[in-house]
Amino acid sequence: MTDTTSTTLDPRLRRQSRLRLSPAVLLLGLAVLLALLSAIRVLTGEGNLTSSGTVNAALGLAVPIGMAGLGGLWAERAGVVNIGLEGMLILGTWFGAWAGFTWGPWAGVLAGVMGGALGGLLHAVATVSFGVDHIISGVAIILLAQGATRYLSAEIFTGLEGGGSTQSPRLGDIGTLTVAGVSDAARSVEARGWFLVSDLAAVVGGLTTQVSLLTILAVALIPLSYYLLWRTAFGLRLRACGENPVAAESLGIDVYRMKYVAVVASGAFAGLGGAFLSIVAASIYREGQTGGRGFIGLAAMIFGNWRPGGLAAGAALFGYTDALQLRGGQSVHALLLLVVVLLVAAAGWSALRRRPRAAAVAAAFAVAVLVWYLSVDAVPGPFTSFAPHLTTLLVLSLAAQRLRMPAADGQAYRRGQGA
Amino acid sequence: VSGRLRLGALALTLAAPALAVAVALLMSTVTLVVAGNPPLETFRSMLDYGVQPRSMALTLNTGTYYYLSALAVAIGFRMNMFNIGVDGQYRLAAFCAAAVGGAVTLPGPLRILLVLVVAVLVGALWAGIAGVLKATRGVSEVISTIMLNAIATGLVAYLLTEYGTLEGNDISTTPLPESAHFPSLPFPGTSQTVYGFVVVAALAGVGYAVLLNRTRFGFDLRATGISETAAVASGVDVRRMVVVAMLLSGGMAGLVGMPILLGAAYSYGVDFPAGIGFTGIAIALVGRNSPVGIALGALLFAFLDQSSQILDLEGIAREIVLIMQGTIVLSVVVAYELVRRYRLVQEQRQVGRALAGDERAGRPEGAPA
Repeated sequence: MTDTTSTTLDPRLRRQSRLRLSPAVLLLGLAVLLALLSAIRVLTGEGNLTSSGTVNAALGLAVPIGMAGLGGLWAERAGVVNIGLEGMLILGTWFGAWAGFTWGPWAGVLAGVMGGALGGLLHAVATVSFGVDHIISGVAIILLAQGATRYLSAEIFTGLEGGGSTQSPRLGDIGTLTVAGVSDAARSVEARGWFLVSDLAAVVGGLTTQVSLLTILAVALIPLSYYLLWRTAFGLRLRACGENPVAAESLGIDVYRMKYVAVVASGAFAGLGGAFLSIVAASIYREGQTGGRGFIGLAAMIFGNWRPGGLAAGAALFGYTDALQLRGGQSVHALLLLVVVLLVAAAGWSALRRRPRAAAVAAAFAVAVLVWYLSVDAVPGPFTSFAPHLTTLLVLSLAAQRLRMPAADGQAYRRGQGA
Repeated sequence: VSGRLRLGALALTLAAPALAVAVALLMSTVTLVVAGNPPLETFRSMLDYGVQPRSMALTLNTGTYYYLSALAVAIGFRMNMFNIGVDGQYRLAAFCAAAVGGAVTLPGPLRILLVLVVAVLVGALWAGIAGVLKATRGVSEVISTIMLNAIATGLVAYLLTEYGTLEGNDISTTPLPESAHFPSLPFPGTSQTVYGFVVVAALAGVGYAVLLNRTRFGFDLRATGISETAAVASGVDVRRMVVVAMLLSGGMAGLVGMPILLGAAYSYGVDFPAGIGFTGIAIALVGRNSPVGIALGALLFAFLDQSSQILDLEGIAREIVLIMQGTIVLSVVVAYELVRRYRLVQEQRQVGRALAGDERAGRPEGAPA
């Protein structure tokens, strides 16, 4: 991947002057967002916007995207671009289903993780040891993963009860967790339909009712990754390999080993996401089940500026639109109003900061979306399905200068090249 | 000396793909043995079936669109750009071309011409978005083309349900009339015909070779791919090159669906083949972006696809060839990298020797070149 043309010093200076996302600011932002959603719900009568069912579904849909994104984060923070995430996700779905069918769901999770890690190992061998271009290796791994799983399905799942050349038999369940008292209380408050209070209750209800244990594990991995990558010496070394491998090497860091660890971990995360898809989300393996979620995960990571919190937000956003889509085109339609409000706010903010061009662009988009909202009754399904991709494209083209990827991301590195 | 070197270089160039095919055969042998199938007999029955006239005609048909797809990817590669979006480009292009071709009333040849023009334009425009984003906003074309693929998928699905016609259970565009079918060619020894589009594909290959190797533009494009700074220094407008290369790549991608549309399907429906763009990436890698190498790679992949059809009858999963193809790609890129490193070391040694022999230079042996 080619780097942007901006100088290295510039974005850092800019970042210091920018508002830092402290927990308080973040909570305030979330509260404002919820209030907006609540207002739109009351206005349009579209209860699905903030129902506990939507929140619960969004959480489940966000997990595979988030895990793929986390995989991307680990690899790219160590300087290896991992387009092969999609392939590792596929390996995770297949191995998860196979072991899940053979030995039970938790064995399936383990096998999915290992399947993904195997894909990661392959990527590491090709890119780190042999210096193959990262994108090329990634594409090759996707092809290989697709081919291998199709072969394995035809060879192993055919003839089993409910299985076939493109799908596995049905799989056993992983347990879910419901916080008994909280869940019931939240749902009864939700049913009242009060402004903001019921919406908050719906979020609480959605997050405490029948949440898969694997979801909890997956969500916990995000702060854990943050801790490991940003708060330990190991993480500092790993990130150093992504920023400046020659400098890292001069400090005695075994760059190859770090990259190997990062890319294998990357595959393992994607494999976990895949296992979640086949074992928890669908209870069955189907060919093409990943549906490009590896790429959406990558998009979430870029969207989140190569940071764990950002990628979690990206995954949550994409999971949320997915969940709304499942509940029908009207829900997404109501969401357009939120987009209008946010665009108007962006226009106002830009105008305040004396950036008339940006303000005009945002305002124009706001008007366009408003016209769209008023002229149709429902957003067609396909539009929702590519909403994450379109969002990423827009974010990249409008804010590429604000995003900062690891400095040596995607670049070839050979041991001793700086000497 | 140069004669020997050239021979050695040729041997090295061929060594990589040969090694890759060998590794792929080994991998699939292991896979077959593990699954309890006899590898040698499997390969023999594939070979026997693959060289039958009918199979060869079908191989040529598949090879036709594989070739076009790989050419489209290769144009980007020559400029050090990854057009991962060929898949979306050809599907959107084929849909639009089929829709326009089915809607207008024109005499056959003109209608074919219109279909081709629409396909090339749509492919070019869709790829052009990625080109413009890269040139003006610095957005990596890898990410933007991946996103554009998904958007194309959704867009085609939407347009098809909105404006397609229902035939039985399947939605498709209005079929092209018989006068607008691209003439097919006979193949000796079988009633199975070959897409006439194979001629167009061959011409596209010639055009690719001439454009890149015999024109100023091609030189600039390759120069930009090898060293952007050197290209800038020699007066190349890199931003313009990025956009133009993407347009060319996308235009070629627009042609990918045409053999199928004009030679077999005659309309764009939900079952229009997808994924050819990704196969194209694999073939461009195997063929090292050379027009002849890509042709061989396309035929190899098409042959594997075709010859595996027999395996169903023998109770062996024919998906084994997917493992072969995947292994070929991965091992070929590793092999090329090893060859490149080997050459680099050889060159360094040579320079080192030359410098050591040159007394005026007075440098120690093995000094960095």
